[in-house]
Amino acid sequence: MSAVIENHHDDHHHGPDKGLMRWVLTTNHKDIGTLYLWFSFAMFLVGGCMALVIRAELFQPGLQLVVPEFFNQMTTMHGLIMVFGAVMPAFVGLANWLVPMMIGAPDMALPRMNNYSFWILPFAFGMLLSTLFMEGGAPNFGWTFYAPLSTEYAPPSVTFFIFAVHLMGISSIMGSINVVVTILNLRAPGMRLMDMPLFVWTWLITAYLLIAVMPVLAGVVTMMLMDIHFGTAFFNAGGGGDPVLFQHVFWFFGHPEVYIMILPAFGVVSAIIPTFARKKLFGYDSMVYATASIAFLSFIVWAHHMFTVGMPIAGELYFMYATMLIAVPTGVKVFNWVATMWQGSMTFETPMLFAIAFVILFTIGGLSGLMLAIVPADFQYHDTYFVVAHFHYVLVPGSIFSIMAAAYYWLPKWTGNMYDETLGKTHFWLSFVGVNVTFFPQHFIGLAGMPRRYPDYALQFADWNMVSSMGAFLFGFSQLLFLFIVIKCIRGGKQATDEVWDGAEGLEWTVASPAPYHTFSTPPALPERSMA
Amino acid sequence: MASDTTYESYYVPHNSALPIFASLGIFLTVYGGGNLLNEMSSGSDSNFGITVFLMGGLVMATTLFFWFAKVIEENHAKMYSQQMNKSFVWGMSWFIFSEVMFFAAFFGALFYIRFWVVDWIGGVGERGPSDMIWPDYVPQWPLLDNPNPEQFAAPAGVIGPWGLPLVNTLLLVTSSFTVTFAHHAINHGDRKKIIGWLVATIVLGLAFLVCQAVEYYEAYAHYGLTLNSGIFGSTFFMLTGFHGAHVTIGTIMLIVMLGRAMKGHFTKTDCFGFEAAAWYWHFVDVVWLLLFVLVYIMGT
Repeated sequence: MSAVIENHHDDHHHGPDKGLMRWVLTTNHKDIGTLYLWFSFAMFLVGGCMALVIRAELFQPGLQLVVPEFFNQMTTMHGLIMVFGAVMPAFVGLANWLVPMMIGAPDMALPRMNNYSFWILPFAFGMLLSTLFMEGGAPNFGWTFYAPLSTEYAPPSVTFFIFAVHLMGISSIMGSINVVVTILNLRAPGMRLMDMPLFVWTWLITAYLLIAVMPVLAGVVTMMLMDIHFGTAFFNAGGGGDPVLFQHVFWFFGHPEVYIMILPAFGVVSAIIPTFARKKLFGYDSMVYATASIAFLSFIVWAHHMFTVGMPIAGELYFMYATMLIAVPTGVKVFNWVATMWQGSMTFETPMLFAIAFVILFTIGGLSGLMLAIVPADFQYHDTYFVVAHFHYVLVPGSIFSIMAAAYYWLPKWTGNMYDETLGKTHFWLSFVGVNVTFFPQHFIGLAGMPRRYPDYALQFADWNMVSSMGAFLFGFSQLLFLFIVIKCIRGGKQATDEVWDGAEGLEWTVASPAPYHTFSTPPALPERSMA
Repeated sequence: MASDTTYESYYVPHNSALPIFASLGIFLTVYGGGNLLNEMSSGSDSNFGITVFLMGGLVMATTLFFWFAKVIEENHAKMYSQQMNKSFVWGMSWFIFSEVMFFAAFFGALFYIRFWVVDWIGGVGERGPSDMIWPDYVPQWPLLDNPNPEQFAAPAGVIGPWGLPLVNTLLLVTSSFTVTFAHHAINHGDRKKIIGWLVATIVLGLAFLVCQAVEYYEAYAHYGLTLNSGIFGSTFFMLTGFHGAHVTIGTIMLIVMLGRAMKGHFTKTDCFGFEAAAWYWHFVDVVWLLLFVLVYIMGT
């Protein structure tokens, strides 16, 4: 791990310390970004192994490998770890590395708190993973932890799950405050908000969403804790409460949360596509406004996750139409990416391949989301594999692909070395095929009626499940290649130039490769209004 | 935006051991707390949970003490530029926003329960299944008659607004004024007045907490209004309880500020520690006003 940026020499500033304590004590945004990224990758592998347990069990109908109780723990932990442990920390890691460099800041605004935000996470996930070995087993109620499954019928480990969520929330809130303050307060003199790179914009809006909804998640798990240990009646109709209340509060957090996991991805793709199309981003202003609109709408559509729970018809209609409205700003974004590529002199290096795959496959996930937004249709799709296919299309070839695109795109800046392009492309194609083979068939079995979250299924679903499982193993093992490529790139490779990519714009490409331990101790001169 | 000169004096702290201790502290606190709760619920008499919990609390409190001391020391050493101070201002503002959203979750829950759930359980709106479980149930608010009284014994009454809650309202509103007077005193550099008004604020805060404790005692002893007396008790105690916890934190912050004022820390241009505590205090005050109107007046 410590090899990431140690092979550079900087004349004017003290460099990093040696050894393990560098990583424990660091206040440097690049070190902390590196920690976040490695932590996220470790969690990605852990959560991935759980996914492979699920897919191995579903390879054939019948119960082969695991007991249903353990299967439930796997689906629950897989979701929690991927959402809170893999995707979110990866984006925070990217923000740590990139935001200060993109806006010409010396570091994050609150460097010690930055270290605190990160180091809470290993404790939180250590505690969450330890529930697997507790009496009664790990949480088994699904990553959405609906009451009363997660209250009255939960294993005792639910208490530790609740506190783990509290820790993750504290970490996220502090991390987001840091990002917002950095962006608002530490931009290079002369950089207006509408001059900022889109990655910075999308992260500003994401951080705002996080600060707004993580406390709501803390509220809902606290209500659970009270119901479990102190006899309150929040989710118990016998005392005048309502299990559906849980779903409302949870999804008030949960829907903005899905945008928290995709808005920074939009920022990444908006940085990569212009570089490899060698054109300016089409419609910068509309990209900013579309991101803000998506964020606003995310607060008022939560109940589309609950159409079958028995809401009044007026509520169903409202949430249906409000949800469909999100397709408008999202459509603006997809249009802009395509328009950026239009008539560009495109080349297809690995980051660009991932970015283009993102645009196509995320859009497929978005369109199946539109299908799910239609109330009468959702009554059929609800809790089937169609839903699983939908959100995995936006999360895996959406969020995860964008994170990989970002890793390939900025690795030369981080390490000073070019990654192996052939291996990178191989990784891309294996992942691309793997993802589609895994998740596309799930649309079919979902529409045919296979429910989510069961370890067994009816025989007519057997063929596509087998295909899906094979795809999952292909995708899963391909990620080891990614690990190999990253390590190889850290250890050496063709020396990267400062600009790295010949169409790249932005302040991070004006500093040396690898980026010096401290960038911009004096404010950089901005290029002529080029970012807008 | 910063000028070039302030930018050059930007101070990035080098390595710090504070965050890792704070991480350890918060982990031990929740891990011990979790064990403690599970031991309580399973009737075990182990001391493991409480021991780890207290250890964690101690580590956390010590770390925070040194952390704040370090920041104050660096500030006095003039290591912070104007721009950096602005980071603290932004940071505190966004933190308070996150607190607002935390309370919003509980107010939202109260709203939903009160205006929809209770009616639905009582069969309003022809919502069949909810009406079938307890067909004789009549919806009302405050909930003095629970749908399932065997599991949740209903309270005999609830706390009305015009007794202690009114007194508490006056106490907190007054304290918002006194803390502002303390701020004015800082602007005029009058240390005696700063201390006087801060002491007044703290006394008002403590008086509020005492009244709240008396009110809880009455609720439990005289009305049978408890955490497990159904949804009215649940929402009542969660909202007022979290508010009370925040008043406690705010009071501790003000006590620290009092100590700092006695040492002569605050000047007109350099008093953000005080301002942050005062903002927090005003936030707590506003939450109380919402509680007073929505929980006490409209709720009973």
